[in-house]
Amino acid sequence: MASEEPEILKELGIKSVEELFSDLPSEIRVEGLDLEKGRPEREVRKEVMNILAKNRTVGEMPCFLGAGVYNHYIPSAVSELLSRSEFYSSYTPYQPEISQGMLQALFEYQSLICELTGMEAANSSMYDAATALAEACLMSVRITRKKKIIIPKSIFWEKRTVLENYAKGPGLQIEEVAYDGSMGTVNLTQLKDAVDGETSAVYVESPNLFGVFENFAEVKESIGDALLIAGVNPLSLALVAPPGDLGADIAVGEGQTLGNPMNFGGPLVGLFACKKDCIRKMPGRVIGATKDAHGRRAYCMALQTREQHIRREKATSNICTNESLGAVAFAIHAAILGRSGLRKLATENISKAKELAGRINSLEGFESPVFKSPHFNEFVVQSQGGYSDIDDYLLKQGIQGGLPLSTHFEDLKNCAVFCTTEMHSKEDHDMLINALEGIS
Amino acid sequence: MSYRQARFDEGLIQEMKDTRDEDELIENILPDSMLRKKLDIPNLHEFEVTRHYTRLSQMNFGVDTGIYPLGSCTMKYTPKLGEVIVRTEEATQTHPLQNEAAVQGSLQIMYELQEMLCKIGGVDAVSLQPAAGAHCEFTGLLMARQYHELNGDKRDEVILPDTSHGTNPASASMMGYRVIEIPSKDGRVDLDALENAAGERTAAFMLTNPNTLGIFEDDVLEIARIVHDSGAILYYDGANLNAVMGKTTPGKMNFDIVHFNLHKTFSTPHGGGGPGAGPIGVMSRLMDFLPSPVVAYDGQKYFLDYDIPKSVGKVRSFYGSFAVLLRAYVYIKMLGSDGLEWVAERSVLNSNYLKERLKDHLDMPFKDLRKHEFVLSGAKLKERGLTTKDLAKRLMDYGFHPPTVYFPQIVEEALMIEPTETENKETLDAFADAIISILGEDREKVAGAPYDAAVGRVDEVNAARNPILSWKMLLNEE
Repeated sequence: MASEEPEILKELGIKSVEELFSDLPSEIRVEGLDLEKGRPEREVRKEVMNILAKNRTVGEMPCFLGAGVYNHYIPSAVSELLSRSEFYSSYTPYQPEISQGMLQALFEYQSLICELTGMEAANSSMYDAATALAEACLMSVRITRKKKIIIPKSIFWEKRTVLENYAKGPGLQIEEVAYDGSMGTVNLTQLKDAVDGETSAVYVESPNLFGVFENFAEVKESIGDALLIAGVNPLSLALVAPPGDLGADIAVGEGQTLGNPMNFGGPLVGLFACKKDCIRKMPGRVIGATKDAHGRRAYCMALQTREQHIRREKATSNICTNESLGAVAFAIHAAILGRSGLRKLATENISKAKELAGRINSLEGFESPVFKSPHFNEFVVQSQGGYSDIDDYLLKQGIQGGLPLSTHFEDLKNCAVFCTTEMHSKEDHDMLINALEGIS
Repeated sequence: MSYRQARFDEGLIQEMKDTRDEDELIENILPDSMLRKKLDIPNLHEFEVTRHYTRLSQMNFGVDTGIYPLGSCTMKYTPKLGEVIVRTEEATQTHPLQNEAAVQGSLQIMYELQEMLCKIGGVDAVSLQPAAGAHCEFTGLLMARQYHELNGDKRDEVILPDTSHGTNPASASMMGYRVIEIPSKDGRVDLDALENAAGERTAAFMLTNPNTLGIFEDDVLEIARIVHDSGAILYYDGANLNAVMGKTTPGKMNFDIVHFNLHKTFSTPHGGGGPGAGPIGVMSRLMDFLPSPVVAYDGQKYFLDYDIPKSVGKVRSFYGSFAVLLRAYVYIKMLGSDGLEWVAERSVLNSNYLKERLKDHLDMPFKDLRKHEFVLSGAKLKERGLTTKDLAKRLMDYGFHPPTVYFPQIVEEALMIEPTETENKETLDAFADAIISILGEDREKVAGAPYDAAVGRVDEVNAARNPILSWKMLLNEE
């Protein structure tokens, strides 16, 4: 390639490429970059793999963490299809005629999210569940013109921090309601009291941080005219009634669950869906079905006048780059499983969690699950003697235990949330039980 | 170049019929009252799904197919090593909440990437958290807001030039700021307009340099002086950093907050719209405001450092889009200091060459030297009853992805062209020849394009007027 550079310089009538940088004032010039010189692929590959080898993967070390990022088996066909560079080396389909593949894949993803959540419209992804929740709250304010958001205490604390940052611009007030100490679900009496004429929306997620399912229908009855934003786990929706059927106005969730590896927490995929009457208030990119000049079905970006590249400061959100490829991965994984495979996988997760929770509960000094509402693939474990020592002890045994709750929950100091999925073998469960037995 | 895209009459996956039986499920796993009645997702065989998505992929154009010269998007080739490494179990199979001792490899990659970005950007510290460029703008303005508030300073305006990306005003307004857009002069920031606009209400000035016309803002130090004299923060939109690596740094230009688009400058694939990553860099006076955690190293081990006194906290879950960060790390390692400087040189060389080939065929406002991209105006197409859009659509029949069109909005019928460093002279010539050839074609031919893409001209107006956003909505419609 370098050999043609002199030719281009000659055609431009210049002697050196430096002449093209003559407009940079000398005061700001630097002499090259203070980095190592470039290296051949073979060397870089070896060096990077040596660094990554320092990780102890969840395959080498049974891991019982969830809290929004889940270890599920991803069929080989997902990564094979995702490796097609026609997909991954394209960008936002601004030019629909030449981008029908990505547009249709995203339209199918939106349709899938609608089916799972019981909503009529979905966008083609947000960054993650936390930002999807934050954007849902901002959207509720555009609809209701009110500024109070109610969230339960029983959500992963990072979501609250993210929401608080998104709330600063429009000056939203965030109020937290407690959970029922026995069921682990949102305290409906407190919720009812918290809702007032200024309340824009109530967020409730099911399963929540404690792994238990909420009752969206009861929540909806308790919140009057406020909008209901439902947090979902898309895999559990293969079994349980969709929030759209139970009165929710907006649904958000984490799409990493299907098709996307944990990747140390990113990229993630923010799911976002809503009822038909709010679509013009939605954030993010949406794909619509239309026709081409010959009357054939075709797809393109729809409602672009909500978006930043057209609407600038009046846009519904600043989002441009999203998580499209992760959304396609989600859709491919779901397509391979199908209705039946999804239901089977969800069932297997519940059953595994039930079994593990039961085994822990039978150990002396442990209670599990602490909360009695039905749960999905996570549950809270309580240890009489406190949890922090247990975490260290498990690590020494080569096990990554659950997520300790002591840092954020006064009343759950001795507790941790454990997660199990189809990826755990019976031996993994035995290893955990044996280790815990050693403590009690 | 002649070209014909694959065309399949491929229905939606939702429209496919079941070809697999139901699996048996464990009974009574949940109370009946909680269960859903119906789930409309077909049961298919893997080979059917594979064929479906393979066909869809063939109806899609990527950088690996051909030139994709979207201005300000830096659609460059991705070296494949990164793609191979991110699929290894060592990279994928770690949970973000695992004990730090178990994730030393991932943390080391992140730490070293922070260090490398500091050098490339000329900044003192970097957080890898933001998920994209716009997300970084949001984060930067959040930091600016906190910085001013802790100084007891009430500032409610963000200034930006009329050439700025749409995300800039959108981010400012999301953060609750009033947006003041100042007009450009000769394709650059009008210093008088900036001086008049900047004052005690100004929280920040957001600037892309080189700007979206591909012109280097050579008054940048004077701009920085005006902004800093008013007490405001100078924000660098890093979309166009590709053009100046190794030649200057945002730090050297006196910016306070800098964003990096790893999916642009550092070649991580755009994924049909994402994921990207938008690390944020800052000069020392803003270090204490960075989102937490950043990755630190104590000489023995890497750790997540949450001890950032005035941190704005989290803008997303966890620490950043690790798989994207890893690809960028691999890219920087492979190219190194010499390779990255060559990237800047070749991208600028390619852009100036293409500009020279085209500037006499279409109007080019602001006859300045360009960096990695340039903007032409298709205004004179109107004399023939054509538009920039028609030209863009016709380019597809020649096998090229069209450039960005109708942006920046200050240029009538704009075509914004960024060839990047990953095009050879032959491709640049073919692209230029195609445009010149189209300008000589019959009006009807151009107005009816494209002919050889998977579908004909798409009715986007109908999609906006009558939004059909899911299969169920489509069923009601058809």
